[in-house]
Amino acid sequence: MIRHWGWVLHTLLSHWRRHPLQAGCLLVGLWLATALWTGVQALNSQARESYDRAAELFTGSAQTALVDPAGQPFSQQYFITLRRAGWPVSPMLSGTVELVGVEGTRRLQLTGIEPLTLPGEGTIATQAGDQSQLQAFMLAPGLTWIAGDTLSELGLAAGDTPVLASGEQLPPLHVVDTLPPGMLLVDIGQAQRLLEQTEKLTQLVVAAGFAADLPPLPESVSLVWETRGEDDLVRLTDSFHLNLTALGLLAFVVGLFIVHAAANLAMEQRRGLLQTLRACGVSLKTLLAVLLFELLILALLGGSLGVLSGFALAALLVGDLAASLRGLYGAQVAGQLSLDALWWLTGLGMSLLGTLIAGGGSVLAAMRLPVLAWARPQAWREAQGRMIKRQTVLGVLLLLVAGGLIFWGDSLLAGFGLLACLLLGAAWLLPLCLQAILRVAQLRRGGPVRQWFWADSQQQLSGLSVALMALLLALAANIGVGSMTEGFRQTFTGWLDQRLAADIYVRPLDSQQADVIEKWLNHQPQVHAQLPSWQLDTRVGGWPTQLSGVIDHPLYADTWPLLENAPDPWPQLVAGTGTMVSEQLAYRLDLAVGDTLMLDTPAGVWPLNVLGRYADYGNPKGQMLVSAAGLQQRWPDLPLTSIGILTEPAAAPRIASDLRTEFDLGDSRVIDQAALKAYSQQIFEQTFSATAALNTLTLGVAAVALFTSLLGLADSRLSQLAPLWAMGLRPGQLALLSLAQMLVLAALTCALAIPLGLALAWCLVEVVNVQAFGWRLPWHWFPRQWLLLVLLALAAVLLASIGPAWRIMRTGPARLLRSFTHGA
Amino acid sequence: MRWCIPALENRNVLEVTNLKKSYPGPQGQLPVLDGVSLQLDAGRSLALMGESGSGKSTLLHLVAGLDQPDSGAVHVAGRSLAGLDESARAAFRRDQVAVIFQQFNLIPSLRVVDNLAFQARLAGRIDDQWLGWLAQRLGLSALLQRYPEQLSGGQQQRVAVGRALAVRPPLVLADEPTGNLDEGSADEVMALLLELVQEAGSSLLMVTHSASLAARLDRQVMLKSGRVHGSDL
Repeated sequence: MIRHWGWVLHTLLSHWRRHPLQAGCLLVGLWLATALWTGVQALNSQARESYDRAAELFTGSAQTALVDPAGQPFSQQYFITLRRAGWPVSPMLSGTVELVGVEGTRRLQLTGIEPLTLPGEGTIATQAGDQSQLQAFMLAPGLTWIAGDTLSELGLAAGDTPVLASGEQLPPLHVVDTLPPGMLLVDIGQAQRLLEQTEKLTQLVVAAGFAADLPPLPESVSLVWETRGEDDLVRLTDSFHLNLTALGLLAFVVGLFIVHAAANLAMEQRRGLLQTLRACGVSLKTLLAVLLFELLILALLGGSLGVLSGFALAALLVGDLAASLRGLYGAQVAGQLSLDALWWLTGLGMSLLGTLIAGGGSVLAAMRLPVLAWARPQAWREAQGRMIKRQTVLGVLLLLVAGGLIFWGDSLLAGFGLLACLLLGAAWLLPLCLQAILRVAQLRRGGPVRQWFWADSQQQLSGLSVALMALLLALAANIGVGSMTEGFRQTFTGWLDQRLAADIYVRPLDSQQADVIEKWLNHQPQVHAQLPSWQLDTRVGGWPTQLSGVIDHPLYADTWPLLENAPDPWPQLVAGTGTMVSEQLAYRLDLAVGDTLMLDTPAGVWPLNVLGRYADYGNPKGQMLVSAAGLQQRWPDLPLTSIGILTEPAAAPRIASDLRTEFDLGDSRVIDQAALKAYSQQIFEQTFSATAALNTLTLGVAAVALFTSLLGLADSRLSQLAPLWAMGLRPGQLALLSLAQMLVLAALTCALAIPLGLALAWCLVEVVNVQAFGWRLPWHWFPRQWLLLVLLALAAVLLASIGPAWRIMRTGPARLLRSFTHGA
Repeated sequence: MRWCIPALENRNVLEVTNLKKSYPGPQGQLPVLDGVSLQLDAGRSLALMGESGSGKSTLLHLVAGLDQPDSGAVHVAGRSLAGLDESARAAFRRDQVAVIFQQFNLIPSLRVVDNLAFQARLAGRIDDQWLGWLAQRLGLSALLQRYPEQLSGGQQQRVAVGRALAVRPPLVLADEPTGNLDEGSADEVMALLLELVQEAGSSLLMVTHSASLAARLDRQVMLKSGRVHGSDL
């Protein structure tokens, strides 16, 4: 039995040996599909692993702590009071430090802990269980615990004592691999020194068991419970990762189109072989099993290559991704990949599944045909025709589902469902649309060659439809995502110009310094105005939100970009009766202009009328503008956060420089508008660099799909062209006609891809973005960009077609004659 | 040299009884075979003649187990094909019959040597001595390492004959085996086929249009409109 199977397998595989290019194309399809998918998954998995490490660090999965209601540092006396009352609390102080390294300044989170009181659930408590380590950590000079990946990313070594931008020196570095990336962990005393927060804490970690019932706090302790149902970072970054996954999936699907085209072609070319095998006594079951086994071998080969390349691709992009996540969400993600066995196995599993989906269809279709029909091209074409009909029906159904999702879908998943239905539905309808257009073209009167051209183009559709679908998808994705990105870029740039109206922004170290700076600025003749603001991180309706207190100044009314507002909103805001909310917060909390928001404050509930909604692109948190006076009244200890300074344009650099030297402030505390804009735009570019790379690769994959199809069809093409040659057309003319056919088919596909791409862009802007980020972009048209993309696609098609056309042109009479003698 | 199958001597190797088959057509079912009955003795040859559409190839396909009749019975080497499931029919094709097609139907990706041994290997009845003799007798010894596309039509059909006889089946079925060959090659292939069928101890059922080729076989049967019109012409 095994020998019997072996022979059948040997025979089937011998086809690939004789057609190595076809085998190569199939493997390339699998390789690209798996590489792009696993690459994206590697990036996501790396980020999630980093978030998990951060979440599990101190309290296990439960996140319960006591914090200051205004989110400010508080006196460590509270810790002493609670411990004396028998509360299992552990002190913690967190802040940001700037580390001066070889590649400039890098911001890192520095956290101070007291290991002896840490709850036992967290990973760090387990680490602290080692007595010798504990002593070295707590006793002078102490240790700075750091994750291995962060250490190598910074170009430092264990034992180093790097200097901070403030001039302070860190205790010797010591690698602890359970730490999340981008974090420095020191003893609480060291942290108070390094962060200049003597006898201050930022939170008290509470053992999960004790915190379960949120017991009431003693009256002398003015802290509040902070419980997070899920980790904030995961919640904030979920949409980002989902978007990346969707792009990876799109690339995977386009890659599978190549596999589908190559597998279909191989089946078609092996029709006679399969019939002979059946006639020689190979049972249907054996043949099916061996064909599936053959697919398995190919999937493992292509998948292995893909998974390896996916790792390489992810390694290439992980730096950009880490920078994006740091810039957008403050999330620390390791800049180096470390992936577990499950990732590798999942990658191979996806490759197997994809191969079965892409290649299994043609195997099953063949199995359904009666044995004597296998070698009849007509029967094969009829089977394919039936498949196209089924696909058309399915395409219409998917478009109907897409329509339904537009009206009734109400989640990000529904948004992606809408995208999938729209793209697949349109792709499956493509052959029918192209056939209809070609049929109309054929109706026009013309010479015999012209008539043949249009009729033959229709005939080519069955062999090329899959590759053309891949082209349609890739081009539509490029147009759609490109329109969205370009629209975002334009909107974002204009919005930055409006939002960053001040010339310089200063972040004083504390309230005392803020007072001194304000006085100093009052004496600078080139300073036109100061816009102090007070900021407070809190939660509104369960969503992380920043309250920003602003003063009465006409600049806000003149420049603040409002999307919607009540009449004359600013005086009401300054009076403390109203608020402006960011678009994403309004979306999350379902707030409309005219609604009233009840804000919990230490001084009781603050009722605020929603006076307006403004764009706040790229901010994962919600934001509210309120009256500075109202904010200070309810949070009296809130320090001034920043001062926006309006100056004469030419004076801004000098004033910024004077502020740095006069008040010993670092670059991060005195920022001029240009630098801030450049930084924001850099984050923007980094965010979309992975998208752009994946998009371009998708178009490349589609070109490979076309090349594969054309190459595979080349043999049967000769027998179709031979009669024309016999009737007096030169091989060169035939080659040009074939090339023109491809360009016509591609151009028609491109023409259909533009409206599909715009529909995709609409879905991204109006549905997916709104669901994922909570903000909506204004619509922009980019005809120049579409034209460029279409030209790029046609160039790719031309490149893919030129080889097969060249082959036709170089075909000698002997080869063409053989088409007649062998009867195709 | 003679390899025969003694158990089948002087017995019917093929017995077809009242075989009917129709296919769906534009105006309903189109009868192709309408109650065909015939027998073939072991070691004998029979030519099946008739015009295009008379049902010759359909009859051959039914006997080969490639298709199933609407009614009637087919017995090959004493075994009925009725009621055999797909796997059993495949095993029957592998062990009991061998088919030679007009289009040769060689496996283009395998060399001549592997094509020759193909069905015998599947049936687990490989006999290197017999194969070597067949290759030599068919004039293929120098061509064993070539691929089918590197052979002429006559050479390809000789490989197909060799592949069918390598398994030494009780019954060889040939569907217009010389239809694609010129007169000279057709004569040559036919002579080899008849000689080697006899050497293998097999029986031969051959579909042909050519009266002169049919005359070289032991018996001739004419099919007309799906019925046996005359036999032993």
